[in-house]
Amino acid sequence: MTAEVTTEKARIGAPSIAGFTEEGEQLVAAKVDRHHSHGVQVMSSRAERLTSHDVADFAIPNGREEEWRFTPVREIANLLSDTATDGDVLSLSVEAPDGFVKPALRAGEAPRGATLVPADRAAVVASANTEEALHVQIPAEAELQEPVRVLVKGNGAGRRSNSHYVIEAGENSRAVVILEHEGAADHNGNVEVFVREGAQLTVVSVQLWEDDAKHLAQHDAEVAKDAVYKHIAVSLGGKIVRLNSNVRFSGEGAEAELLGLYFADAGQHLEHRSFVDHNVANCKSNVLYKGALQGKGAHTVWVGDVLIQKQAEGTDSYEKNQNLVLTDGCRADSVPNLEIETGLIEGAGHASATGRFDDEHLFYLMARGIPEDVARRLVVRGFLNEIIQQIKVPALEARLTEAVERELTAGNN
Amino acid sequence: MSTLEIKDLHVSIETEQGTKEILKGVSLTIRTGETHAIMGPNGSGKSTLASTIAGHPRYTVTSGSITLDGENVLEMSVDERARAGVFLAMQYPVEVPGVTMTNFLRTAKTAIDGEAPALRTWTKEVKAAMDQLRIDADFAQRNVNEGFSGGEKKRVEILQLELFKPKFAVLDETDSGLDVDALKVVSEGVNRAHATGNMGTMLITHYTRILRYIKPDFVHVFVDGKIVEEGGPELADRLEEEGYDRYVVGAGQAVAPASHA
Ligand SMILES: Nc1ncnc2c1ncn2[C@@H]1O[C@H](COP(=O)(O)OP(=O)(O)O)[C@@H](O)[C@H]1O
Ligand SMILES: [Mg+2]
Repeated sequence: MTAEVTTEKARIGAPSIAGFTEEGEQLVAAKVDRHHSHGVQVMSSRAERLTSHDVADFAIPNGREEEWRFTPVREIANLLSDTATDGDVLSLSVEAPDGFVKPALRAGEAPRGATLVPADRAAVVASANTEEALHVQIPAEAELQEPVRVLVKGNGAGRRSNSHYVIEAGENSRAVVILEHEGAADHNGNVEVFVREGAQLTVVSVQLWEDDAKHLAQHDAEVAKDAVYKHIAVSLGGKIVRLNSNVRFSGEGAEAELLGLYFADAGQHLEHRSFVDHNVANCKSNVLYKGALQGKGAHTVWVGDVLIQKQAEGTDSYEKNQNLVLTDGCRADSVPNLEIETGLIEGAGHASATGRFDDEHLFYLMARGIPEDVARRLVVRGFLNEIIQQIKVPALEARLTEAVERELTAGNN
Repeated sequence: MSTLEIKDLHVSIETEQGTKEILKGVSLTIRTGETHAIMGPNGSGKSTLASTIAGHPRYTVTSGSITLDGENVLEMSVDERARAGVFLAMQYPVEVPGVTMTNFLRTAKTAIDGEAPALRTWTKEVKAAMDQLRIDADFAQRNVNEGFSGGEKKRVEILQLELFKPKFAVLDETDSGLDVDALKVVSEGVNRAHATGNMGTMLITHYTRILRYIKPDFVHVFVDGKIVEEGGPELADRLEEEGYDRYVVGAGQAVAPASHA
């Protein structure tokens, strides 16, 4: 096991936030309440986590379970109950070329359920209560110039919504699919993605919810031989967002990138979990989540699981989470878990850093003539831009840059 | 022609043991074209003076004044002071997360000038200034001071000095931690900025070494929060030979030398 340990150290050696060490604790002022755990060994292997289509297999969590321990479970009781969708709670519209939207899929109708098997209570009740799943299919060889947009608008806070969307990118196709969430609802939304052989698919899930929305989600993807999948979670709005982005492979030479950007302000809980299951040899994965926090009670969570199975020789994987704490009273939890069952890999590394934008940073920038608000914008924009620029849809990038700046201004009032 | 005037400045800080007075009546006037060396032992308050001029919130001015061409500097915010033409090259430049040097330099230049610099000429100017200070071109894409060595950070401070063209430069131990080659490069940068004829310089240093490359017009000996002796460049030579011992008695206790008592 020596080989991968060395690789890992070499790759996590240089933290990429200025002045931040790899371990957040070492540098953040005592006033910031933060937790951080970290290790190459997890208590129980991620491979043993229960997945099932049967609601009865998942009890309602009490908050002490490993996968729920950071989540305010009492505040999401409505989302964890086995409850039908509240009528017209959602307005859904899809912008896609003709013929891309296929007839809805019922439970058991292929490919629905082939890759997304619920891994927790929220996901199981979401799918169980979705009679008809939206099915978007990008034809093989198609190269889309414009993104497919799935617009999800919540029509009322506290109203229960369940959904399950199936997105299929046909062989050698190239496409971007954007899921946009706005308005308010108690939205329990699963997304199941198939990236067929040689396809290149980017799925962007944008959470621009109103303040009182709650959103739980499991996004699962299966990436076939030589295919490239990119999942980008952007969470700015909502009272509670908990999005699990999972990926596994069905052929060699595949690549997956799980990216995320979040900005939590006062009272917001934004949780992102990622799981890369290297179950096939010679695949590549990269996970990068970046978050900013500002305001009392702003809470973010990132839990990144990477499992490199015994047969996954030649794997190259890396995961990183960086948080930027802008004010006192925030909490950023960051937990990378890396499990490696074979030594014959290209690389496996993980890093987590939580840094603080403090008075000294501010002083330095202001001493160069930069006004305080511009200085804050400069830092946050620079920090988060690494993710935004990965979207490669200029109109959306511009909108998100603006949305991030609104977050900043709102926090200063 | 501009004047930066410090009059009977008293400054204190809050510590866990309570309020502590650090500057105990400092008076100093710097005019455009002049270089004033402030020399003193560690802990005498040199950085406190520098940071107070720049407006660091840690320092409280309890009495006295700082004016720039008659304008009250103490009433200005940190960024206003910089825009009014005061530049502080910091003893310990801070690493700023998420901001590239390129973006930072352009943003600061825009703030100081009140308008964005013309992109084409600005890029050239930055590149030329970096070359002269022997700063590697790829620093432009790195985050501000991130992972820079001590010497690199100091060069980047002088890079800013050359690009921002302040009326007054306060250089806080820019020489410390530099090897001879770097010291020369950095000194040349300061001399170039000075040679424009539009800048006055407060050169804070612990050692006389840098004064071989930057010639001061005035030397002020700083001990225990006060200027205890003033003179021309010859005073620096004497300090080189004798050190600060004759100004310092016991644990940081300062007395005026006999000839000035
Ligand atoms: N944050 C602080 N807390 C307590 N004492 C301080 C602090 N900052 C500076 N001092 C004290 O103020 C005095 C002057 O410090 P400084 O201005 O840094 O001196 P110099 O730059 O001449 O070495 C020293 O005695 C130092 O210990
Ligand atoms: Mg000092």
